[in-house]
Amino acid sequence: MTHDPGYNFAYLDESTKRMIRRAILKAVAIPGHQVPFGSREMPLPYGWGTGGIQVTAAVLGPADVLKVIDQGSDDTTNAVSIRAFFRRTAGIATTESTEAATIIQTRHRIPERKLREDQILVYQVPIPEPLGRLEPRIAETRRMHAMADYGLMHVKLYEDIARHGHIATSYSYPVMVNGRYLMSPSPIPAFDNPKMDQMPALQLFGAGREKRIYAVPPYTSVKSLDFDDHPFRPIRAPHVCELCGSGDTYLDEVLTDDVGGRIFVCSDTDFCSERQAMKEAAE
Amino acid sequence: MNERSSKTPLLTARDLTLRFGRIAALDGVDLDIHPGEVVAIVGESGSGKTTLLRVLSGLMRPDAGEVSYLGQDVLGMSEAARRRLMRTEWGFVHQNPRDGLRMAVSAGGNIGERLMATGARHYGNIREQASHWLTRVEIDPARMDEVPAKFSGGMQQRLQIARTLVTLPKLVFMDEPTGGLDVSVQARLLDLIRALVADLGLAVLIVTHDIAAARLLAHRMLVMRHGVVVESGLTDRVLDDPQHPYTQLLVSSVLAA
Repeated sequence: MTHDPGYNFAYLDESTKRMIRRAILKAVAIPGHQVPFGSREMPLPYGWGTGGIQVTAAVLGPADVLKVIDQGSDDTTNAVSIRAFFRRTAGIATTESTEAATIIQTRHRIPERKLREDQILVYQVPIPEPLGRLEPRIAETRRMHAMADYGLMHVKLYEDIARHGHIATSYSYPVMVNGRYLMSPSPIPAFDNPKMDQMPALQLFGAGREKRIYAVPPYTSVKSLDFDDHPFRPIRAPHVCELCGSGDTYLDEVLTDDVGGRIFVCSDTDFCSERQAMKEAAE
Repeated sequence: MNERSSKTPLLTARDLTLRFGRIAALDGVDLDIHPGEVVAIVGESGSGKTTLLRVLSGLMRPDAGEVSYLGQDVLGMSEAARRRLMRTEWGFVHQNPRDGLRMAVSAGGNIGERLMATGARHYGNIREQASHWLTRVEIDPARMDEVPAKFSGGMQQRLQIARTLVTLPKLVFMDEPTGGLDVSVQARLLDLIRALVADLGLAVLIVTHDIAAARLLAHRMLVMRHGVVVESGLTDRVLDDPQHPYTQLLVSSVLAA
């Protein structure tokens, strides 16, 4: 496959890619630390993955195979469009299979299948600052990161328990990376948090509007914050997948009619269809 | 009072000088605070009281002079070290409770913040401590989960004190803690501060323009004017036998202090 000759390989010009790679290298060297970068205008609106798409463009090579998911699904508008974008501007192969992909750009999920050392997971991040809701001054949050002064984050969890009886944060659940930096895992469900810990794949996070890149290198400790007497619990709907019968994956609730009918299905469409194919083959 | 006689001061300041343009906010101020001692700084508005407090607590840098806390150079220490001090051994009570409290966080969370900032990770224990401290500052522990915005001004101020004292600091800076409260509430608050200070053996540096409050709380008193300490000594001595003309004016202008 060849890419559209009207574009530089993977859309961004080479000096921009070099600048982003520098930010990525710095981010990998300081796990969980947010590195500012000169985010470019991209041909899609903020909030649709401008940060993720720039990180992907910077790490993409002609031999890479790209998978893009949105809420675990391969066939939503955003995922389809970003795959088409890179097919056209970089001429690379795309896939829906987690196993076949070398780079996976994701919004709001980590694939159910375990990732490998030769894969890179790129997250789209809307709000990179985990302390932002609690401390509105950015200069102050920078300082808190620098001093590892993170008591405030526990105040938020304390408030959750005081109000709801348990930690009610079910997505974007704050994590401590490598025992040093507090990090927002992007709005993935808390269910996915344990997958980040000691993951063999490189994890890169790009926030386009906020102009920040951060990273978790392979095999790095990622711990969800909690209290000794209120430990972290990954939350999932207590059902099995209607399509593949899986009882340990993250589920979406889907309305089937307008009289209250609903089913629960895997949010990771690739994982689900693989299991369905296996079931059919066995029958 | 036997603690006051201990030789080594907790906090020492020497020759502090700070100018705002042509105005000398601090002009060669010396100060010692010993463990368990309550020192009041009094003076009219603009005399440099609050500036002195901010310089001593490391919030502001003076043009010249030195501040040391238990032998450590406060002005020279790293910001990390100063912050650690500020959330463990020091406390700061602001005049306006809104500056010292997180208004959107429940009373329990406000008290727990310093505990969590120093590593407390057991929810049950934090609740217990919060409840204990609410009782100590005469707030019904049943209101632990309410936000301070629902509290009266006096209660907010008491909550701020509880939140500051929960880590048992050695030295507390108070900037007009009774300002903006009506007289009966002020009296109760002063009573409460006096009891807590005696119980915990705190050293307190209190800035006030209220001579009556200073007489009630302070062991020692500094009178400031135009950035200079014009008179200092035991509270009763200064108030009953003022030497400096300005102190005489200050004392005589108070009704039945």
